[in-house]
Amino acid sequence: MDLYVHPEFEIVRSEKKCIACRACERQCANCAHGYDAASGSMESYDEKCVNCHRCVTLCPTKALKIVQTQHTFRPNANWSNDTIRELYLQANTGGVLLSSMGNPRPLPNYFDRILLNASQVTNPSIDPLREPMETRTYLGKKAIPLVRDANGRLTENLPPQITLTMPLMFSAMSYGSISYNAHASLARAATALGICYNTGEGGLHRDFYKYGPNTIVQVASGRFGIHGDYLMAGAAVEIKMGQGAKPGIGGHLPGKKNIGEVARTRMTPDGSDAISPAPHHDIYSIEDLRQLVYSLKEATGNTKPIIVKIAAVHNVAAIASGVARSGADIIAIDGFRGGTGAAPTRIRDNVGIPIELALASVDARLREEGIRDDISLVVGGSIRSSTDWIKAIALGADACYIATGALLALGCHLCRSCHIGLCNWGIATQRPDLVKRLNPEVGTEHLVNLVKAWQHELKEVMGGMGINSVEALRGNRLMLRGVGMTQEELDVLGIKHAGV
Amino acid sequence: MITTIDAAPQGQSMHFSALGEQLRTLAGQSVKIEHCLGQRYIAAGIKDIRVEIEGIPGNALGAYLGAGSSITVRGNAQDATGDTMSGGTITIHGSTGDAAGYGMRGGVILVEGNAGYRAGIHMKEYGETCPKLVIGGRAGDFLGEYQAGGIIVVLGLGNQAGAAPLGRFCGTGQHGGRMFIRGEVLPPELPAQVAVRKADAADRTLLQPLLAQFSAAFGADLAALESSPYFLLTPNSSNPYTDLYAIY
Ligand code: SF4
Ligand code: SF4
Repeated sequence: MDLYVHPEFEIVRSEKKCIACRACERQCANCAHGYDAASGSMESYDEKCVNCHRCVTLCPTKALKIVQTQHTFRPNANWSNDTIRELYLQANTGGVLLSSMGNPRPLPNYFDRILLNASQVTNPSIDPLREPMETRTYLGKKAIPLVRDANGRLTENLPPQITLTMPLMFSAMSYGSISYNAHASLARAATALGICYNTGEGGLHRDFYKYGPNTIVQVASGRFGIHGDYLMAGAAVEIKMGQGAKPGIGGHLPGKKNIGEVARTRMTPDGSDAISPAPHHDIYSIEDLRQLVYSLKEATGNTKPIIVKIAAVHNVAAIASGVARSGADIIAIDGFRGGTGAAPTRIRDNVGIPIELALASVDARLREEGIRDDISLVVGGSIRSSTDWIKAIALGADACYIATGALLALGCHLCRSCHIGLCNWGIATQRPDLVKRLNPEVGTEHLVNLVKAWQHELKEVMGGMGINSVEALRGNRLMLRGVGMTQEELDVLGIKHAGV
Repeated sequence: MITTIDAAPQGQSMHFSALGEQLRTLAGQSVKIEHCLGQRYIAAGIKDIRVEIEGIPGNALGAYLGAGSSITVRGNAQDATGDTMSGGTITIHGSTGDAAGYGMRGGVILVEGNAGYRAGIHMKEYGETCPKLVIGGRAGDFLGEYQAGGIIVVLGLGNQAGAAPLGRFCGTGQHGGRMFIRGEVLPPELPAQVAVRKADAADRTLLQPLLAQFSAAFGADLAALESSPYFLLTPNSSNPYTDLYAIY
């Protein structure tokens, strides 16, 4: 007999309010609701509930709520309920624990302990409603020798750049891990906003080539969906070496999700697992990485910046220095809180380091070595608000990537069940009836609203600092102060303690 | 008309980016590269070009090569030949280094001699697009690792009698595609994901056109190749890792 694992959530239905319309039953892809014809009343199956709030949101009489169960093991600070539950599950199945979305553990968050500056009296603040504020951003190599022609005019020799209206992009999420409608929303919103979204490693659906100027196409170890036109389709090509949620681990889209259009876009057999192992089997050194970088530059006729994405791990500064010397134009670093469509739980929760520290140490290292302008620096995992974004820029990022935040704008309720493939919000699923629930028009609008609001907040904060261009905020650590940090933490971040 | 490019004018090896730039302007045409001295990424991503190479091309020859292109090498090639190519043909009158045909999803690579480690790793197919890699001699370790589609053929010509024409760990993680290995000997241990049997007449209908193409390219004895025995290696499952996880 299997070890009993008590459900994590309880579905609470108000008998008084419920009119037995069965909407919840129809809405729940996890089948957590049922109808008993004999009594004419609704039933709940707590063990199937993932707490995604689809039923709660759509119940016409607001008869439902989902609560965390109060049923508990004998309280134990060492053996938490989750730890015991997970151990039982492994004893029952012998499996590697699989989960999704970012690391939920209460580890220190440095963004929350950094405070921003504003001007008072001297260097007056600027009103963004009245004054122009520049947020335009160019990503790519800037350190180039000045070359003049015979008439003394500067020769145009700037390597290719990504042009963004603000230093923000949607980070890689593959078609397959998320739905067609989610991709459509991201692509349209990126186009409307003048920023970029990222295909992830699942290829680019033929319907989305038209958003190419606002698309970053990804090349991962499994090389899904890659061909000449794909490489030329986007504004840049990103080589995925690592992901913050699972450093050292590859991707694995189960065969049951790799079907139909997803398989076709990946160019893999229908229904077979889509496996992209952690290493690229042709990359064992920075020299090998350089070869992939230059093969992509050649294949795109040197028209696209090449991004190399790595996870924030212990030696990230040294690795980033190597990447900067590989010929890459942009390095993207993904912190240990970054999201994922599926990752082994233990890896997600224990491997990697916070992006705040990784970013600060990479920026410092590249400046020390005099190669900071050879490469642009993009960070993600996880940027939750405009102030996380602003703090990241002041710590040295040229731009930020957001993904979990973007999915929340599309209606994600962070139930962390993406790996099951039954996302009731039409995001992390390929089931047509579920995908339909996400209307790309509404999704686009929500994404545009979110990013516009953040851009305005960025301008307000910059104005308060007396800065009118995001260039002047970049790496401007004087605008940051830490609270409640040790000297070592402050040193890594390169900031002073508040009050100093 | 054939455009000739001297890749080592005045004995100085031309930089790969200068060579690449020239080749990109010659799409749709025929080109002969003389004195090739290890330039990398030759014809990377180019569709519909015919390139003949005298000398030794460098790594990533014909990477992301597109449909309608053909590359012929009169000599050996180095690593990552045809990396992620999606169409066209690469013919090597010699041997090739490691990771030939990595992630290739279309087109044909014909190697007269041997291939290094990890040949045909991550090959994919979808629908009509089926990549093919034929190795005349021996293949190194990790042949067809993570293969998800396509056809790999190892002929073992000139191989020592009684020895397998490939190294260890063949087909680790294979979850699609097929490998034909000529002869009577396989490595003693194959990974659990790989199922082995003797190729039957039906299987050989897939193999025959590749043997014909190989013999036409290199003048090998077609009748002898056709009458040889072959092993067919296929994956046990297209979902090799389904049972690995505890989902909650
Ligand atoms: S949706 Fe609300 S009212 Fe309708 S059956 Fe479910 S709980 Fe009752
Ligand atoms: S995308 Fe869907 S399944 Fe994933 S966390 Fe959000 S609501 Fe849950």
